[in-house]
Amino acid sequence: MFEAIAFYTFSAITIVMFTITVMSKNALYSMSALAAGMIIISGFFFLLDADFLGVVQIIVYTGAVMALYAFGMMFFDTTREVKESIRAPKLVFLLSGMSALLLVIALVAPIVSDHIEPLYPVVEGVENPQAVGIVLFTKYLVPFEVAAVMLLVAMISGIILAGKKMDKSLTLKTDGEDEFQNGGSK
Amino acid sequence: MTLTEFVIATVVKILVVLGLFSALAGFGTYLERKVLAFMQRRLGPMHVGPYGVLQVLADGIKLFTKEDIVPQNSVKPIFMIAPVIGAATAFIALAAVPLFPEFEIFGITVHPIISDVNVGVLFVLGVMASGLYAPLLAGMASANKWGLLGAARTVIQLLSYEVVTGLSIMAPLMMVGSLSLIDINNYQSGGFGDWIVWAQPVAFVLFLIAGFAETNRTPFDLLEHEAEIISGYATEYSGMRWGMFFIGEYANMITIAFLASLIFLGGFNDWGFIPGGLAIILKVSFLFFFFLWTRAAWPHIRPDQLMWLCWKILLPLAVINIVITGLVLMI
Repeated sequence: MFEAIAFYTFSAITIVMFTITVMSKNALYSMSALAAGMIIISGFFFLLDADFLGVVQIIVYTGAVMALYAFGMMFFDTTREVKESIRAPKLVFLLSGMSALLLVIALVAPIVSDHIEPLYPVVEGVENPQAVGIVLFTKYLVPFEVAAVMLLVAMISGIILAGKKMDKSLTLKTDGEDEFQNGGSK
Repeated sequence: MTLTEFVIATVVKILVVLGLFSALAGFGTYLERKVLAFMQRRLGPMHVGPYGVLQVLADGIKLFTKEDIVPQNSVKPIFMIAPVIGAATAFIALAAVPLFPEFEIFGITVHPIISDVNVGVLFVLGVMASGLYAPLLAGMASANKWGLLGAARTVIQLLSYEVVTGLSIMAPLMMVGSLSLIDINNYQSGGFGDWIVWAQPVAFVLFLIAGFAETNRTPFDLLEHEAEIISGYATEYSGMRWGMFFIGEYANMITIAFLASLIFLGGFNDWGFIPGGLAIILKVSFLFFFFLWTRAAWPHIRPDQLMWLCWKILLPLAVINIVITGLVLMI
C-alpha cells in the first residue's frame, strides 16, 4: 500500500515539475522545477530497491543542474520573465504530440503484454553497487571506457580553451594594470 | 516487527531527531558565541539567564516574532521556499545516519537510525550537497546584487568541494568494501588501533577540509562573507526564514561531525572503558568544537583560493591516496 501511495505521489510531483519546466517563462522557475523533478525521480529508484542508482541520481543531477543555474545566472536576469515569441504553429504541436504518444505506447506495450524480462535481475546477497559494478566492468566495459576517454578529451579541450591566462589571478590585479601593460594611457 | 509497530517506531524516531537536533542547532549558536568569545578574550552573551544560557530563547523569540519581509521585486515563491530547502535537506540527511549503538528501552530494542539505506554514506553526502540549493535559490530569487554574488559563490563552492568529498572517502570505502555506515562502524570494532584514521590520515584531513566547505564554515564561508558581500545570499532575509538557514547550517555541522566520527574515528564502538554511546557523543562534540576553533583561528579565504585549493591541491592528493590504497589492498 505504501509503495502505491509513494509511486503515485512521486509520479504526480514529477509530472507537475516537468510541466512547469516547459511552460514557465521565468528561467528561475524552470530551473528550480527541473532540479526538483530530477531529484524526485530518485524516489522511483528507491521504490524499486535500487538504492545506489537513486543516490547517484541525486548526486549527479544536483551538480549538473547547479551548473545550469550558473549559465542562467550569466545569460538572464533570472528574476524577470523571458520574452518569448510563440506563434503556436498547429503542425508542430500535432507532430510532437504524436511522437510523444508513440514513444509512450512503444514503452508501455511490453508491460501490457507481459513480455518483459529482467536481463540482470537483483540477486539475493549481492548489493546494489556490486551488481552495477559487475555489469559495468564485464558486459559494458567498452562503452564505459569509451565514455571515460570522451570525458578526458572534453576535459583537456576545456582546459586548453579556457586556461590561457590561468596562471594570472584576476583578483590580484590592481585597477588599471591592463592599461599599463598594453602601453596605453588615458 | 509488524507494520504498525514499524510505522509508530519510525514516526517516533523522526520526531525525536527533529526536536533534538533543532534544539541542538539552536544551542550550537550559543556555544559558538561563547567559544569565540573566550578565544578572543571576551565574555560573550552574559545577561540573559545564568551565564547567558537563555540567550538562545531570547534569540528564538526575536526570530519568531520579527516581521517576515519579502522584497517587492523578488521571485516570491522561490524566495519563500529556499530556507525550507536548507532546513529540510539537513534533517533528511540525518535520516540515514546511525546515531548511537542499539539499546533497549521498556523491553524494546531500538535501532537509532531512521532508515537503514545500504548506501548510507552516499545518501547523506548527496542530500547534504543538494542542500546547497537553499543559498543558491535564495540568492538568485532575492533580486539583490549581494544575493546574486552569494549565489554565484555557492555554485563554485559546490563544484569545488563535491569532488574532494567523494574522492576522499573512496579510499576508506575501498578498505571496508561497503557503503553502509553501520558496516563501516562495525569494521572498526576492534578498538582504538582499528580506527580508519590511522590507516587513512590523508583521507581524514581531506574529508574534514571538504566538510568545512560543505557546511560553509570559516575559512570557506564565502557565501555570506560580511566584509565583502554584506550577508551574501541571506541579505534580504529576516525573521524565521533567516533562522531556518542557520538551523540547517548547524544541523549540517553536526551531521558532518557524525560522519567523520563514524567513518574515521571508530564510530559508536566502545572505546576502552567508555561505552559506545558516550564515545560517539565525545567525538562529535570535539569535532563540533573543532569547527568553532577553526573559525576563531583562521581568516577567510577568497573564492579563487578555494578553487585553487580544491582542484590543484586536494584533488590530486585524493587521487594519489586512492591509487596507493588500491596498490596496498591488492598486494
